[in-house]
Amino acid sequence: MSGAGGGVDLSRAGSNIPAGRNLAVRAVFFTCALITVLTTFGIIVVLVDGALGFFREETLFGLLSGVLGGLLSGGPAEAWAAARSGLGVQVTVREFLFGTDWSPIIRPRSYGVIPLLWGTMIIVVGSALIALPIGTATAIYLSEYADRRVRNVIKPTLEVLAGIPTIVYGFFALSFITPIIQRFFPETGTFNAAAGAIVVGIMIIPMVSSLSEDAMSAVPDDLRNAAYGLGATKFEVSTDVVVPASLSGVLASYILAISRAIGETMAVTLAVGMQPNITFNPLEPIQTMTAYMVQVGISDVSVGSIGYQSLFAVGLVLFVMTLVMNLLSLWVKSRYREAYR
Amino acid sequence: MTGSERDGRGSDGGGEDEGVRADGGDPFASVGGNIERKQRLGRVFVGICFASTLVGIVALVALIGDVLYEAWGWVTLDFLTYPPSRFIENYYPGGRGAGIYPALVGSILLIALTAVFTMFIGVGAAIYLEEYAAESRLKSFIEANIANLAGVPSIVYGLLGLAVFVRAVGFGESLLAGALTLTLLILPIVIVSAQEALRAVPDSQREAAYGVGATDWEVVRDVVLPAALPGIMTGTILSLSRAIGETAPLIMVGAATSMFVAPVREVGGVPVPDLFGSFAAMPMQIFDWARLPEAEFQHVAAAGIVVLLTVLLLMNVTAILIRNKYETR
Repeated sequence: MSGAGGGVDLSRAGSNIPAGRNLAVRAVFFTCALITVLTTFGIIVVLVDGALGFFREETLFGLLSGVLGGLLSGGPAEAWAAARSGLGVQVTVREFLFGTDWSPIIRPRSYGVIPLLWGTMIIVVGSALIALPIGTATAIYLSEYADRRVRNVIKPTLEVLAGIPTIVYGFFALSFITPIIQRFFPETGTFNAAAGAIVVGIMIIPMVSSLSEDAMSAVPDDLRNAAYGLGATKFEVSTDVVVPASLSGVLASYILAISRAIGETMAVTLAVGMQPNITFNPLEPIQTMTAYMVQVGISDVSVGSIGYQSLFAVGLVLFVMTLVMNLLSLWVKSRYREAYR
Repeated sequence: MTGSERDGRGSDGGGEDEGVRADGGDPFASVGGNIERKQRLGRVFVGICFASTLVGIVALVALIGDVLYEAWGWVTLDFLTYPPSRFIENYYPGGRGAGIYPALVGSILLIALTAVFTMFIGVGAAIYLEEYAAESRLKSFIEANIANLAGVPSIVYGLLGLAVFVRAVGFGESLLAGALTLTLLILPIVIVSAQEALRAVPDSQREAAYGVGATDWEVVRDVVLPAALPGIMTGTILSLSRAIGETAPLIMVGAATSMFVAPVREVGGVPVPDLFGSFAAMPMQIFDWARLPEAEFQHVAAAGIVVLLTVLLLMNVTAILIRNKYETR
C-alpha cells in the first residue's frame, strides 16, 4: 500500500499484472535510496581504512587479508605474525595530534597535524568574523526593514554568491583581494591567510543571511505587535524580540557556515598557499587541511606511500570536524526551537 | 528583562519587588526622555544593516567585474576551439591558437554522464521515500543520513571516489570515475529537490488513479512522475550546475590538470566519449592556469572562468525556463 493512497485499497482488484512486478519495482527504488546510506558507510570505511594505513604498517583491508592469508597457509601462528607486523606503528597518534611540524612528503619527515589545523582555524575565525555579523545584519535588514520588492531582488542576488564555483573565489582572492591588501601592507606575499579568510567570508555570507532570514521571517507578527504595543521602537523589536525568537535558526546557520568554511578547498588553496605554518600574522602564507589534500592530489605521490596515506588521515579529521558541526546544528535547531502556532 | 535582573541584584533576596524599578519612579517616565536617543540608535542600526546588505552585493559586483576585466579580449573563438598551451604567445589573437577546448568538452561530457546517473538514482530514491516508504524509523534514518551527506566537504567525496571508483573498482583516473564521484556528491541535493517535486503532486490525482484500478507502480509511472517531471528537471539541473564548478573531488580522483585532446574517441567515424580515458575539466584547467607564476596567465584563467560561468548561466536559465513554463497551473 502506498503512503499516499488513503481509504480502501482497491488497487489490485481485477488487475492482471503479476504482483511480483510491484515488488521488483519497489526493490529497485529501495536500492536507489540505499545508495545514500552506502555512501556514508563507504566514506567512513575508506577514511578509517586509509587512516589506519597511515598510523600502522597496513591498512584495514591489508591487515585482514594478511591475517586471513596467514591463517590459510600457516595456521594461527603465521596469522598472529601477520597481525603483529601489520599493526606495527608507523606514525603514533600522539605525534599526529600534538606534533607541531607537518612534512609527510619532504624529508626530514614529521607528522604533526597541528599546523594544518591552525591554518584551518585561521580561515574559520577570519571568515566567521566577516560573515556572521554581516550575514546577521543583512538578514535583519531583509526580514525587518526591506519592503517585499527589495527583498525579492536582493535575496536571490546574494544567493548567486553561493552558486559561484569556489575556484572563482580563489582567482578573485589572487587577482583582486591580495593586491588591495598589498597596497596597505606592502610586505604581504602573493599567498596570505587574510585574502583566504576574506573570500571564504564573502562566500558564506549568503548562507548566514538566507537561513537566518528564513528563521526571522518565521517569527509571527503577533510578537512584534505585542512589543510595539508596549512602546518598543523598531530597533528594539528587531534586536530584543525577533533575534531572540529566531535564535535557534540563526545559530544553526552560523554552525553550517562554519562547517562550510572548514571544508572549503579551492578558494583557500589558491589564496593562502601551501606552507604549513603556525602564525598569528594573517599576512603570511599558511596551509589548511584541505589545501594540503589538494597539494598531494596534484603531486605524483605513489599509491600506498605515506604521503598518499596521510590524505586519508587528514580527511578523517576533516570529516569528523564537519560531521560534529552538522550534528550540532541539527541539535541546536531542535533544542532551541520555539514552536509558534 | 535586563532591567529586572539589575533590580533583583539591587534589592537582595527580595523576589517580591520584581518589575519595580530601582529608582522607584514611574516606569514610563524615562521612556519619553530616551525616545530621541532610541530613534537615533534605530537609524544608525538600519544604516549598519543596510550597509551590511550592500557588502554582499558589492562583493558580487566586484567579483564579476574583476573576472570580466581580466578576461577582456582574451575570450576568442580560438580560445574555445584550441587545446591549452604552456606558452603565453599562443593565446594572443593571431598566435598559433590555444584555449580551453578539451576541458570544455570534458566538462560537458562529465556533466552529461553525471546527469544520467543522478536522474536515475536520485529520482528512484525520492520515489521510494515519498511514494513507497511508510513513516518508519528506516525512512527517517535515510532522510537524516541524506541531510548529513549534504554537509560533507566535497574533497572527502573525492577521497571516496579515489579509493572506490579509481582503485577498488578499477576504473582508473577516468571520465567514468569522475562522473560517479560527482553523482554521489550531488545526490543528496537532487533527492531532496525531487522529493519536493513529488510532494507537490496533489493526492487527489493519485487517488483517482487508484480508483480506476491502477497499481502502485502504474500510479507512479503514469500519474505522479509526469506531473512532477518539470520540478525534478529544475532541481536536477540546478544541482548539476553545482557539480560543473566542483574542482576538489576531481583533483582527488586524478583528473588531468591539462589535457591536449578531448576525451572522445572515433568509433567507426562516430565520436563517442572515452569513458575509461583520462580527461580534463574546466575548473581543473582554470586551477592550472591560475597557479602559473606568469602574470599574463591570470588573463587566461579569467577567460576560462568566463566560459565556465557562461555554461553555468545557461544551465540556470534552462532550469528557470522549465520551471516557468510548467508553473502556470
